[in-house]
Amino acid sequence: MTGHRIGTRGLLDRSKTLSFRFDGKTYQGFQGDTVASALLASGVRIFGRSFKYHRPRGVWGAWFDDPNAIVDIKHGGVHYPNCQATMTQLVDGMEVRSVNAWPTAQKDLKGILDLAQRFMPAGFYYKMFMWPDWHLFEPMIRKMAGIGTLSADVQDDFEAAILHEHCETLVIGGGPAGLTAARAAAKAGKSVLLIDDHPDFGGSSYRYPNDAAEGPSYWVAEQLSAIEDAGGRVLSSTTAIGVYDHQAVSIVTDRGLGTAPVVRKLRPDNVIVATGAVDRPVTFSNNDRPGVMSLDAGAEFLARFGVLVGQQIAILSNRPDAHDVAAQLENAGAKVDLLDPKSDPAKAIGYRNLKGVRVAGHTYPCDTILASAGLTPLVHLWRHAGGKLDWDEGRQTFVPSTGPDWMRVIGGANGTYERSAVEEEARSAALNTSRPERHVYSISPLLPNTKNTEGRQWIDFQHDVTLKDVALAHRENMVSVEHLKRYTTLGMAGDQGKTSNIAGLAAMADLKGQRIPEVGTTTFRPPFVPVPLEAYRGASRDTQVAPLKRLTLEPEHRALGAALGEYGGWLRPAWYGGDDEQSAVASECKIARDAAAIMDGSALGTIEVIGPDARAFVNFVYYNTMSNLKPGRIRYGFMLTESGLVFDDGVIACVDETRFIISCSSSHADAVMAHLENWRQDSFDPDRVHIHDTTQNWSTVTIAGPKARAIVDALGVLDTLDDFAHMTLRFGAFEDVPARVARVSFTGDSSFEVSVPNSAAVRLWQRAIAAGKPHGAGPVGAEALVVLRAEKGYIIVGKDTEGETMPHDLGFGAPRLRKSAAFVGDRSLHTENANREDRKQFVGLSVEDGEPKLPIGAHIVTVQNGERRSLGYVTSSHDSPTLERPIALALVSGGLGAMGQPVEIYHMGKTRRATITPSCAFDTEGARIDA
Amino acid sequence: MQRFSCPFCGLRDEREFHFAGEAGKTRPDTTQDVSDKEWANYLFFCKNTKGPTREIWVHTTCQEYFIMERDSVTMEVLGTTAMRKDTA
Ligand SMILES: [Zn+2]
Repeated sequence: MTGHRIGTRGLLDRSKTLSFRFDGKTYQGFQGDTVASALLASGVRIFGRSFKYHRPRGVWGAWFDDPNAIVDIKHGGVHYPNCQATMTQLVDGMEVRSVNAWPTAQKDLKGILDLAQRFMPAGFYYKMFMWPDWHLFEPMIRKMAGIGTLSADVQDDFEAAILHEHCETLVIGGGPAGLTAARAAAKAGKSVLLIDDHPDFGGSSYRYPNDAAEGPSYWVAEQLSAIEDAGGRVLSSTTAIGVYDHQAVSIVTDRGLGTAPVVRKLRPDNVIVATGAVDRPVTFSNNDRPGVMSLDAGAEFLARFGVLVGQQIAILSNRPDAHDVAAQLENAGAKVDLLDPKSDPAKAIGYRNLKGVRVAGHTYPCDTILASAGLTPLVHLWRHAGGKLDWDEGRQTFVPSTGPDWMRVIGGANGTYERSAVEEEARSAALNTSRPERHVYSISPLLPNTKNTEGRQWIDFQHDVTLKDVALAHRENMVSVEHLKRYTTLGMAGDQGKTSNIAGLAAMADLKGQRIPEVGTTTFRPPFVPVPLEAYRGASRDTQVAPLKRLTLEPEHRALGAALGEYGGWLRPAWYGGDDEQSAVASECKIARDAAAIMDGSALGTIEVIGPDARAFVNFVYYNTMSNLKPGRIRYGFMLTESGLVFDDGVIACVDETRFIISCSSSHADAVMAHLENWRQDSFDPDRVHIHDTTQNWSTVTIAGPKARAIVDALGVLDTLDDFAHMTLRFGAFEDVPARVARVSFTGDSSFEVSVPNSAAVRLWQRAIAAGKPHGAGPVGAEALVVLRAEKGYIIVGKDTEGETMPHDLGFGAPRLRKSAAFVGDRSLHTENANREDRKQFVGLSVEDGEPKLPIGAHIVTVQNGERRSLGYVTSSHDSPTLERPIALALVSGGLGAMGQPVEIYHMGKTRRATITPSCAFDTEGARIDA
Repeated sequence: MQRFSCPFCGLRDEREFHFAGEAGKTRPDTTQDVSDKEWANYLFFCKNTKGPTREIWVHTTCQEYFIMERDSVTMEVLGTTAMRKDTA
């Protein structure tokens, strides 16, 4: 037994024993333990295997700074991958497993990889797996590497609440510095919020139990009650994960395993950062062995958990307070050697069990090494806020320099460790008086020795990056620190280099013959610690982000047995009756062609353009000429982007000289509205033209088919339907409400869109269904409509068009050549690219008799010089119930000039044949539309 | 999350706004000859100034476009002005 529990020290509740399993074996711990402290107390040293080489790994740090002890946890039937053993509170009955280890961490069959390490240097993946194809190797590597595995036991309802709060002074970190600052600020009348990521406030206070007469717990409790008495608030288990633009701070409260965190967003007037500092590893041979831990980890495990991490401890550190830690450990019963670390790298001896350390020619027997090459202030939040750093030669690290005036960094995070200096800084920050001089503090440099890369000296434990890898990156000319990082993956693991960055930078600087500040640091980005994605998302998902738009007629559709589906943000009937989509769609298509389809067209975007400049406006935003559209007439047209690309298609009706009604794709109404608003305010007098989205004010019942005219006649909306031509508009009344009827067709059949205010929608729908019944007409859903459209070769923008499609690619070339007035996108239609003859153009495809339909996405190919090349692809494909054969639409290079030509279709390794046809496959003469 | 001040609605969260473009660009008169270069400049090229910039933004909730001057380095908002002419 190396690690063990001693005396009564720690913040544990020793009356509550918890039982848990680690790699199948049962262990005990106390309420207040972390998984790591309970295992260390039980003498466990090996927590897992390393990421790349499967080296046995133990615990380095006692809190978030531990890069090694990552475990999988099962509890209550739910699997939690990627848990930090040092940060996970022990829960009775939890099942803990080591990662990267099979069958267990103690006995890892893949440990053989370690012996093969000389074949896996930095950049190995990049170099070796480029040829012939990375994908050949990927499954094997993914299986062997990676931290933890995902499981199907996903927890339902794991939703983080995101709250918005305010305080005047936010103090981050509840150690001696933060407690002092929060107390002073609260006493000065500020509304204070103090947070600390531990379950208990106090920070480093517990390490030196003799520095206050009543003990550290008493001092901490006294500060907390003073803060709360003065109106301040405190939140434990709460981490500030990031500081964002305009003084925003996100803090995340951990609520234990299986409970989603609570996220609070604040914009405090002042932020005091008292996040402390963490030990840097000493770079020496085999410094990753289980039993090599940080100096502070040795002190923390003792102070918080009553765990003495070893019996015979060697301390390898340049920290002046190392002897204080040594004294604590000796007090607790350990034998301690305080060794002077030399520039000649030390070497840890022993594989699974540490046996000793070799320093300056002498071997010291030990079971534990506590190492520190100095403290690294946690300046992450300061950097998030745009604060600058200075290299401090005395401290051998970066410390905050200039930055935002609303943020103050105090205590360890500022490189200040001496208690009275910490308290002075804290009070000054709380009262916002001028910043005290940084006190003098000096340690002897203890940096990686790049002259001696013998053995294996770890820089980044979590990503298995050694000093040799850094040297290799340098030899291969990775001159910038950002290159070093990406090439070696140093600092790119879950710990984001909290412990490894300085050693990596120091090694790089040494190799380049530069000073560390000349090499610079990489960017500090939120989050400070890994947080579940739910912490970002909160409740913002699905309909919370994009509320589903509901039709006024939804109850009518449900009553008719509609299968409802989401189309462009609207919940619409997909088809009516039964679960058999295919036969329902086929029979609806037949109803539409033989009698009439009765459809809910309310989702179609309806935008009114009103005002004296309305005509000029629509003429400008449409590709097609609208200057001569007469009152009562309707015209089909395209809106383009300024790049000449098809943005939306639809019809526009002229009501009178000052009023036009635009119909746009239902999924696109918001985007079209924004597009029009942009041009209205940019190029027009906004007082002379107004646009208004009326989509949700009106309901539209569309009746389309050979019997449509008779059914609409029966509704009595218009006195007569005589001479009511296709593409015209009339106004009438339905019972007591105004109504308008537009002769517009999406199916190629004679069609009437009857629109009424929502209040009359149900009556209109029921009347239409009743009037249709004797004719064999009935309700038709969105799926059948898609087929009916495709039979006619009517495009769906975004499905049958792509990000390069211009209107002339769709066969609408006239306005491009003839329209003289300016319009959006006009000049883009005359570039070299727009004039190319091999542009992808919109055509139909037919297959040979008896062949099945073509798959959507299948490529039309040609073979050139023995290589298959794509000419385009299938955009829509259906079995047409009307034509009793498959139909397809496609974008094909030069397709409009290739009618009747056979083409080869390639899909998933299979080749088929098809023929290019016009896009319209049904009623090519257009005889039915005015029937 | 940044906060911008809509000249009509006041201080609101960044998520309510969209960037529309740099201020000061004029659409070429396309009824006259416009060279490829001139059109490409208008369509694709921006100054992308480091430091104080003048941009057009839209507050999507009220749909009004306005001029925002801000510092692209510090993210400080220097001011916002309506594009509307005065209708006294
Ligand atoms: Zn506004």
